[in-house]
Amino acid sequence: MSTIAVNTSGAVGRTVADATAPVRIAVRNLNFYYGDFRSLKDISLNFYDRQVTALIGPSGCGKSTLLRTFNRIYSLYPEQRAEGEILLDGQNVLSPSIDVNELRARVGMVFQKPTPFPMSIYDNIAFGLRLYENLPRSELDGRVEEALRKAALWDEVKDKMRQSGMGLSGGQQQRLCIARTIAQQPEVILLDEPTSALDPISTGKIEELIEQLRTEFTIVIVTHNMQQAARISQFTAFMYLGELVEFGPTNKMFMTPTKKQTQDYITGRFG
Amino acid sequence: MVALSQKLLVTGMDKPSRRSLPLSSDQVFRLASLGSALLVLIVLAGIIGSMIYGGLPAFREFGLGFITSSVWDVQRDQYGAWVAIVGTLTSALIALVIGVPISLGIAVFLTQLCPPWLKRPVATTIELLAAVPSIIYGMWGLFVFAPLFAQYVQIPVSSIVEGLPILGTILYARVPSGVGVLTAGIILAIMIIPFIASIARDILDQIPPVMRESAYGIGCTTWEVVRYVLVPQVGVSIIGAIMLGLGRALGETMAVTFVVGNANRLSLSLFDPGSTIASRIANEFNEALGLQLNALMALGCILFLVTFSVLVLARFLVARATVR
Amino acid sequence: MDTMSQTTTSPPVAWGRVRRSRYVADRALKAICILFTALGVFVLGWILLMLLYQGVSALRPEVFTRTTPGPMTQGGGIANAIAGSLVLTFLGIVVATPVGVLAGTYLAEYGKGSKLAEVIRFVNDILLAAPSILIGLFVYTLMVQPMGGYSGWAGGVALAIIAVPVIVRTTEDMLRIVPGSLREAGAALGAPMSKVITKITWRAARAGMVTGILLATARIAGETAPLLFTALNNNFWFRADLMGGVANLPVMIYQYALSPYQNWRELAWAGALVITLTILALSIAARLLFRKETAR
Repeated sequence: MSTIAVNTSGAVGRTVADATAPVRIAVRNLNFYYGDFRSLKDISLNFYDRQVTALIGPSGCGKSTLLRTFNRIYSLYPEQRAEGEILLDGQNVLSPSIDVNELRARVGMVFQKPTPFPMSIYDNIAFGLRLYENLPRSELDGRVEEALRKAALWDEVKDKMRQSGMGLSGGQQQRLCIARTIAQQPEVILLDEPTSALDPISTGKIEELIEQLRTEFTIVIVTHNMQQAARISQFTAFMYLGELVEFGPTNKMFMTPTKKQTQDYITGRFG
Repeated sequence: MVALSQKLLVTGMDKPSRRSLPLSSDQVFRLASLGSALLVLIVLAGIIGSMIYGGLPAFREFGLGFITSSVWDVQRDQYGAWVAIVGTLTSALIALVIGVPISLGIAVFLTQLCPPWLKRPVATTIELLAAVPSIIYGMWGLFVFAPLFAQYVQIPVSSIVEGLPILGTILYARVPSGVGVLTAGIILAIMIIPFIASIARDILDQIPPVMRESAYGIGCTTWEVVRYVLVPQVGVSIIGAIMLGLGRALGETMAVTFVVGNANRLSLSLFDPGSTIASRIANEFNEALGLQLNALMALGCILFLVTFSVLVLARFLVARATVR
Repeated sequence: MDTMSQTTTSPPVAWGRVRRSRYVADRALKAICILFTALGVFVLGWILLMLLYQGVSALRPEVFTRTTPGPMTQGGGIANAIAGSLVLTFLGIVVATPVGVLAGTYLAEYGKGSKLAEVIRFVNDILLAAPSILIGLFVYTLMVQPMGGYSGWAGGVALAIIAVPVIVRTTEDMLRIVPGSLREAGAALGAPMSKVITKITWRAARAGMVTGILLATARIAGETAPLLFTALNNNFWFRADLMGGVANLPVMIYQYALSPYQNWRELAWAGALVITLTILALSIAARLLFRKETAR
């Protein structure tokens, strides 16, 4: 029996992983290149609807790289390219015929560093909405409030909607970024180490938030914190040196991993 | 033990007191640095002082009417700054109107659109444009640009607007020679473009990449990222960069002197020759005597005041522009 | 456990929600940015081509050996103007470098938080951008009037005043980049501050400081306005005491380009070519040096 991180209730992973849920994102034989260097090697795995999947692994294993292929944010950098298939609801998002801007509105991303835009809190949320939908003012107000409520930020900012988003605390800014993303009603939310720049209390709040959001969105989270993965995810993928080593329901991965490498990482033998 | 402590005594644990020595080389160095730094202040004070000293007689003679009078008559020793002031402000304004959009376009291209292999050559080209001496711009402006401007712009436009109410005045060239206030403005625009573009580019480059990615992550197009996220983020600094460009346009001498036409009369037409403060001083100073000299110094005073205000404002707005 | 063959059953969301106008605006503005950049490159090319065309056709060996001709005199060269420019630029840099380096050192090393340093930095930035013709007027009042005539000294001082703010700025910026740990290591060996600065910090920032001096040289080599009332221009070699004005390229170009004589205008072009190529070479050299040194 390996020593693993468990939360106080003794259960690993809050709820049971449901592999009978539909597949939201299917990755097939994905290879990723930085110039000539192949940083992702033949990755294939599924992400299930309304489940939280955690990507874990030591630094440089490619987990962030993998995350960044789903919304093709890597396309901003000409020396990076991806080959293979990433099927979002059956359509390959890597195909050049896909409208990449619309893709990014359907697959939202929250970054490690909170990035409030230089506008009021209201405008931060409304910004993404105005890009893609033509809403009358009253409906816009409603959507903004809804997003802030879901991000557990409404009560804290409802009286200062006109103030700049940059005046909030770090944890609040990150929740603002999350609200901004969910306002667009994406199908998938990508989280790239969302709490690593935050204090433990803010981290806890955001983890609770993720648990709530899971009922509505499919979530993929990259985290270097194994305990976090154990706390909030239903599925976990362990990556090492650009390869997918093991994938499965979180409780099984942490309790009875099949690969020795997984076990070594989880028990802290390396990483 | 005793031997050791004696050794310590001998090897200088007791330094001679500072007071009995002349200044140590360390202190000399420090004083030299401080003195050099203070020299900067002294120079500015000197410039201000000499301007006022030289210009005072003119102000005393003509009072504040000096600023609004458009008479400049060497024969009768009557001088007024108005023509030069109008010319300076107009040409600088034209330079900004033309130059700012182009500068910002270049800055956006270099930071957002340019492929990596093209970045270094294009950036270097723009910086070399900034290094070309202003007299060369003047020569290009007079010998290459002005004739083309006269033939392809002044003459056709004049024939079109002849007789029209407003345009017929400001865009009509009585003598289409290619030189004039508008030409000066265009040449100034070409001069300040590399300047503003470099500073704006530095400003945009300093925005952390995660901001950019965040905006793209929402599904913005490139233009939307620039307009709604990047520019508002650093808008104040960019205005500062524009003001630095304005400062340069106001004080530019040689390029303007070649192409502004150096007229002493005020004309309402942009196509007509005019003069700026700098070009007036450059043209007349060496032969000037007496009150004319003072009048020119007084012009220098006014120019200094205007550029100083613009530069101070710019300094507050943009952190610090890099020297290229 | 992994049901890899399972396919999605939720209804696919329709694509094509993006307003056409967003893409039109995006493409239009990208095109404008590219156009403007091409315009900038085009103008530089045009100017250089003009210079080469006019300047090369005016180049003859005697351009570099004969002095500037008087009115109604045929032929001639610009040798005295070249020599004068070298002297004036050299004078300007020789005066400006110690002052600029020491002042920049003060701002970076001694005056870090002080109010005085703040003020000096502010004033320096103002001087950096001040119209150079005003500096010419200042030196005229300071030196030409009291000395009773134009001189190379006045010209050199005017150029120095223009160069100093550039050198102060680059020196300070380069010294700030040097990590504090380097200074501490020097101090830990017992070295007084002046030694730490001159032997360690200056050496570490050497490439950047030299680049700054080269850039300042390139800047003052092309300045005309400050020389108009200080060194003026004449048709002779400079005198040993530098009095009576010193022939120089920029003012010569100004006077000869606007003159009615054919040979004068040709010489102006030749001078313009010489001065531009020199300045571009200096600028490129400065950049290459900086890149090479900091790449190590």
